[in-house]
Amino acid sequence: MSAPSSPVPAPLGSRVPLAGLAVALGALAFAVLPLLVPTYQVSILTEILIFAVLAMAVDVLAGFTGRTPLCHGAIFGVATYVVVYWSQQGGAPVTGVLLAVAAATLVAAIFGLLAIRTSGVYFLLLTLALGMIVWGVCLRWTSVTGGENGLRGTVRPELLAGHLPFYYAVFAVVGIITCVMWRFVRSPFGLTLRGIRDSESRMRALGYNVSLHLFLAFTISGFFAGLAGALYAMFNDFVSPSTVALSQSVEGLLMAITGGIGTLFGAFIGAAAIIGLENFVSQYTERWQSVLGLMFILIMIFAPQGVIGRVRDLLTRRR
Amino acid sequence: MSGLNAFQLLNGLTFAALLFIVASGFTLIFGLLRIVNLAHGALYLLGGYAGYAAAHASGSFLVGVLAAMAAVAVVGLVLDQGLLRFVRGYELRQVLLTLGVAFLLNDLTLVAFGGDTYTVPAPEALRGAVRFWGLFYPKYRLFVLALGVAVFIALWLLINKTRLGALIRAGVDDPEIIAAMGVNIRRVFLLTFMLGAALAGLGGAVGGAFLTLYPSADAEILVFSLAVVIIGGRGSLVGAAVGALIVGMLNTVGQVMFPEFAYFVIFGPMAAILAFRPLGLFGRAV
Amino acid sequence: MDRRTFLKTSVAAAAAGAVAMPHVARAQGGPIRIGLMAPLTGVVAAGGREMVDGFNMYWEEHGNEVAGRKVEVIVEDDAANPDTALQKARRLVEQANVSMLFGNLLANTGLAVANYVKGNGMPYFIPIIAADDLTQRNRIKNVIRVAGYTASQFPRPLADWALKQGYKKVATISQDYTFGHEQCGGFCQTFTEGGGKVLGQFWHPLNTSDFSPYLGQLANLGADVVFAMETGADATRLMQQYANFGLKGQIPLIGAMNMTDQSVIRTMGDEVDGVVVAAHFAEGSPAPVTQSFVAAYGKKFGKLPSLYGFSMYSGAMWVDEALKSIKGNAEDRDAFLASVMKTDLTGSPLGQTVKMDDYGNPIYDVHIRKVVKNKDGKYWNEPIANYPNVSQFWKYDPVTYMKQPPYSRDFQGIKKS
Repeated sequence: MSAPSSPVPAPLGSRVPLAGLAVALGALAFAVLPLLVPTYQVSILTEILIFAVLAMAVDVLAGFTGRTPLCHGAIFGVATYVVVYWSQQGGAPVTGVLLAVAAATLVAAIFGLLAIRTSGVYFLLLTLALGMIVWGVCLRWTSVTGGENGLRGTVRPELLAGHLPFYYAVFAVVGIITCVMWRFVRSPFGLTLRGIRDSESRMRALGYNVSLHLFLAFTISGFFAGLAGALYAMFNDFVSPSTVALSQSVEGLLMAITGGIGTLFGAFIGAAAIIGLENFVSQYTERWQSVLGLMFILIMIFAPQGVIGRVRDLLTRRR
Repeated sequence: MSGLNAFQLLNGLTFAALLFIVASGFTLIFGLLRIVNLAHGALYLLGGYAGYAAAHASGSFLVGVLAAMAAVAVVGLVLDQGLLRFVRGYELRQVLLTLGVAFLLNDLTLVAFGGDTYTVPAPEALRGAVRFWGLFYPKYRLFVLALGVAVFIALWLLINKTRLGALIRAGVDDPEIIAAMGVNIRRVFLLTFMLGAALAGLGGAVGGAFLTLYPSADAEILVFSLAVVIIGGRGSLVGAAVGALIVGMLNTVGQVMFPEFAYFVIFGPMAAILAFRPLGLFGRAV
Repeated sequence: MDRRTFLKTSVAAAAAGAVAMPHVARAQGGPIRIGLMAPLTGVVAAGGREMVDGFNMYWEEHGNEVAGRKVEVIVEDDAANPDTALQKARRLVEQANVSMLFGNLLANTGLAVANYVKGNGMPYFIPIIAADDLTQRNRIKNVIRVAGYTASQFPRPLADWALKQGYKKVATISQDYTFGHEQCGGFCQTFTEGGGKVLGQFWHPLNTSDFSPYLGQLANLGADVVFAMETGADATRLMQQYANFGLKGQIPLIGAMNMTDQSVIRTMGDEVDGVVVAAHFAEGSPAPVTQSFVAAYGKKFGKLPSLYGFSMYSGAMWVDEALKSIKGNAEDRDAFLASVMKTDLTGSPLGQTVKMDDYGNPIYDVHIRKVVKNKDGKYWNEPIANYPNVSQFWKYDPVTYMKQPPYSRDFQGIKKS
């Protein structure tokens, strides 16, 4: 049992000209768009970039390792909490971010230790439960987390206070993260993960330490989710239990799936589609939740391979 | 904190009884159809609202309960035949599809019933409290406890003493054999799905009378049911009963003795069980 | 869903909006745009709906205009989620170009938005958000609680009243978050300073489905009276289970005003009978303005008004009055805010004249009110005693008072006797 998509055939890069062009155009769009749109849309674009990192982190597990997690919102939110808490205590933002990413990675490592023994729906359920624990702790440990009301601070450095400077800072960071993740999934380590996704027993027979690989994949994925969470703290200057709630994990997963599991860059399409749609729909109706639910259903029935996967299928068929 | 006593023990038991009713439906579907139905909580809430509406209109609690079960069974039928049939065989796609259904149902019930808190009217005979062993305890909660036991016995008989039950048991262990034997396994699956849904509806109507119905009740009961089934093991009736007892008691103990870590007290043991016995206490490998 | 088309169209639409309505041209003459945020989905959706109803009802009754300028209300759903609230606030301010923000229901959403407007000076009015420090220790000049109240404001007169009834020992049960900590704190501080004793305090998570573990402990404490602070579905369940466990009739139940608000008790039965709370508003008050509002609201929406409905209605009235006195110039933020602070609210459904204190929180004549059946057989709150001129600081000096720490689970202001 692997990801909800059909096994992904070849890595994206094998059709370099077309895929490379698409990636370049996408990057160009994210670089230029903020100059053309009003400030509110800039904040939406910022959010899209941040959540794309979360969705990519989910994809590392769901798409490249064959383990679909429902706890990444919690790992993401742990980093958000640490950054805001640190700034509230008067700490420097840079230290806060470092601590936050370390904390998220640590949480992911602990979760990984427990979760890698399971696979399929059990993995999904276990990670869901682990995420619930984080949420419960954030909600109840009032003296540290501020309970239901959460924490507020001024996290963003003065230099990045404006919408545009902050956007471009995020853009640069996300660009670097994306390159690193791209290298990661194409590294020998990443290829081993894909091997595990396709057949655990085969990889074991070949002498790979499957548990160790799964553990590391989980931890690394958590590291990236933590980076996204730290950026989100700077974006909002604020954190509350809803940042670590199940719905956050669900949205992260949905973004990864919408874009295309196992495509990495699909995360950007997924994040843009979900966040864009949410903003668009909620101008006309309060029934965003219904729209989200319907989208989930339709994608699962008609396009479980996501936008990129679908496009790729169509292209393959045409050839 | 005055700690635990017989009173708190009963509280844990009665809550466990309700959890069992809801979770038994969940575990049946999970066990036989391999579907983790994340819309189970939404079905519970839907059942509660249907029960409320019917009980209110007819003035009879029993009518409310029956209407809730029937209505939710029909929704189960639609869900299975209308949506899940498209993703058969893909475990994760099924899970995520039911998650979408949960969102949708939750929002639609909000549209239909508004966000006010409703209570299914309990019958006159079950209102108030009784005194025994020096305790003063609500009759309705004792009724829920009895109902939980009754549902357990009924399901146990159904599964162990009837032909349908034999098919379900065999289906849990090996669906291919059953199909090969010429049994229309799809029909057994569908019946199980509707039965599981009806149990969620029953839980909603019964639970709606003392836990009330409100927009996020579905997610809460779903999370509890998940804990029950994960602890008890997929498809095991006894597992669901034991899981419900554990979760019900942990919930009470957690709230009384460790109020700050109430969630941890439930989900900590659950995560531990799942990590070391991934199939739950009574689950069997397929 | 094609992302690119969508982005393009929304970009184009937004650009068109910006051209059609440049910043300068919108001063004077054009409509006054009000951004209203309320939780229309999520667990408190019913309250959110009534917020919007109450707010719109006011403007409809007053021709949707103030001082010759049209009033446009732009409603956004905050989904009871602070992240969403923040995003919607951004959209209202940065895209919809509103002159002021109004609303939000849950404290966490309000605090998130307040943190945002702190940076940009946007006037933000919060008739429902009761978090103490927004008008006390962490006051933000442009955040004003028109027709609202602070959490600890009303439990204090209630504590005084309870002492006068001869209650000496209290136990409290409350939702475990700041709103609960503050209401319980206000009660416990006044109660113990007046010679009462707090036997025990129970804090439970929001949305506790089963109160039985707490009620079991509550019953054994030997309290004279129980003070409960619950909102929404928790309030329904607590009062129901309190009655089912036979505690009703044994130990009198008093509480925070949210608990017996119409939004809670309108779907309930006898279990709410006789519960006493303190509040600035009582729908069962005989005051003619109150009764005519209750009748008008009932005619329009088919129910008795709740805290959410009348607070937003009165909040709209307050801002309307303030705008009239500066000829509708909402763009001059300093003058606007000063005018709101100076305005005395008369003729509102509260049935009293209300002044603002120096910290942006109103001073009320507080009713001690009891749930009884009205002549239509519906339960409502009728005043049984009155405490005039109750400010958020009760009988304390504001400066000294704000030196004590904010109420929390660990600090309840309990005086050891």
